[in-house]
Amino acid sequence: MLLAISAAAAEPRSGYQDASPATRAMQDDDTTNPGFLWVQQGEAIWHEHGGTTGKSCADCHGDAAAMRGVAARYPAYNVTLGHPLTLEQRINLSRTADQGAEAFAPEGDTLLAITAFVGLQSRGMPMAVSPDGPARPYYENGQRLFQTRMGQLNLSCQQCHDDFAGKRLAGALIPQGHPNGYPLYRLEWQGMGSLYRRIRNCITGVRGEPFAVDSPDLVDLELFLGVRATGLVVETPAVRP
Amino acid sequence: MTVPRRQVLVAAAGAVLLSPASATETQVAALIKELVGDATLREGRVKLDIPLLVENGNAVPITVSVDGPNRVRSLHVFAERNPLPNVANFYFGPRAGPAKVSTRMRLATSQTVVAVAKLADGSCWMDRIELIVTLAACVE
Amino acid sequence: MARVLINIPKEARKGEVIEIKVLISHPMESGQRRTDSGQVIPRKIINKFVCTWNGDEVLSVDLFPAIAANPFLSFFAVADVSGTISMTWVDDDGATQTELASITVT
Repeated sequence: MLLAISAAAAEPRSGYQDASPATRAMQDDDTTNPGFLWVQQGEAIWHEHGGTTGKSCADCHGDAAAMRGVAARYPAYNVTLGHPLTLEQRINLSRTADQGAEAFAPEGDTLLAITAFVGLQSRGMPMAVSPDGPARPYYENGQRLFQTRMGQLNLSCQQCHDDFAGKRLAGALIPQGHPNGYPLYRLEWQGMGSLYRRIRNCITGVRGEPFAVDSPDLVDLELFLGVRATGLVVETPAVRP
Repeated sequence: MTVPRRQVLVAAAGAVLLSPASATETQVAALIKELVGDATLREGRVKLDIPLLVENGNAVPITVSVDGPNRVRSLHVFAERNPLPNVANFYFGPRAGPAKVSTRMRLATSQTVVAVAKLADGSCWMDRIELIVTLAACVE
Repeated sequence: MARVLINIPKEARKGEVIEIKVLISHPMESGQRRTDSGQVIPRKIINKFVCTWNGDEVLSVDLFPAIAANPFLSFFAVADVSGTISMTWVDDDGATQTELASITVT
């Protein structure tokens, strides 16, 4: 099959490198990066007591610096549950299982905020999502999904983001599609959004049926994308057009 | 008197074109005229900084600054092809430092952005920049 | 209360020019957009912003729907006396929010 032999992108290239100087400047300065509105909220959530235990994130984890490196490893295989979790799912597991609180709504501002705050602790660290050990079959399923043609346009992720990355679709440059800045502030959204939202945009773009927000396939795809971004550093909260 | 068919069609087309789907150069010119009054509007002194090639019109960084020793009373920014012509007015108080302000604006499409400065000595200055807005693919 | 990020130096020398940066969480709904069913989403923006230093005005801004969501403003003031820098903004619905920062001038 032609697609199978097409080489993966040689050097991973962050969307940051292809953004305009103005957009890069917005990301570079923490006092002007709008993503920090969510980071600030996330920091407040970190110290908020709640749930049946009345505990805050800080009560168990201490300083947020303890989270350094965590976001770089997610999605990661969870031994207790026996499958991988995204960072958002892992945070919500702590909410429900450890704090005795309700899970934050997917895509809601609170979940974006705490994820951005935890993500920021790993900013500058190399992406380190593991495809090995028990994560292997999930990684392979993610890779299969990445290579699967979808939607009425019958396009796979790979066709755009490996084969045609760096070329243009209408006025826009096609990026390699790396997940190293999420949750991130998109000018198009005029707000913060998750990797799930970005993937949903892509799939809507090829006129396909988006994954459900709690779909295990989505986690596998995010896991594959994380491994594929090895060599890049975490940029959370990134800014993209 | 009968009006030739062609003339009617031209008039109808004109009416469609004139319906204000967006601001116009004329509208912006009228607003500036109102602002400046009898003073002469000259190019210079005020400087508009905007990227010439905008990758997303939702949040375009813009900086307006004024050179020279004269105190600046106010700065005004207009967009000629946005749905509405006004962008922002800045009024400088007694505690203000150098007249340099930055914000982020929306640009509906490729167009000209105009900045006008009113100085304390009554003089009025302007700058204008024509810029291109590219549209993203695969938008939500 | 909207989330807000304010960046002002805590100390300055007398006569020094300082930069004030503010980023406010707000949709700045322009009144120009429509829902999928074609209804106009009503305008809701911050239309006025005023910054004072010990009550004296630094800058006042009229904002229009062309200002981006989560509005950002940067401007300059001259440090004269220690005191309070106050920033107040007004929403279309009449709500106002005020944030204060203290600064020591030596």
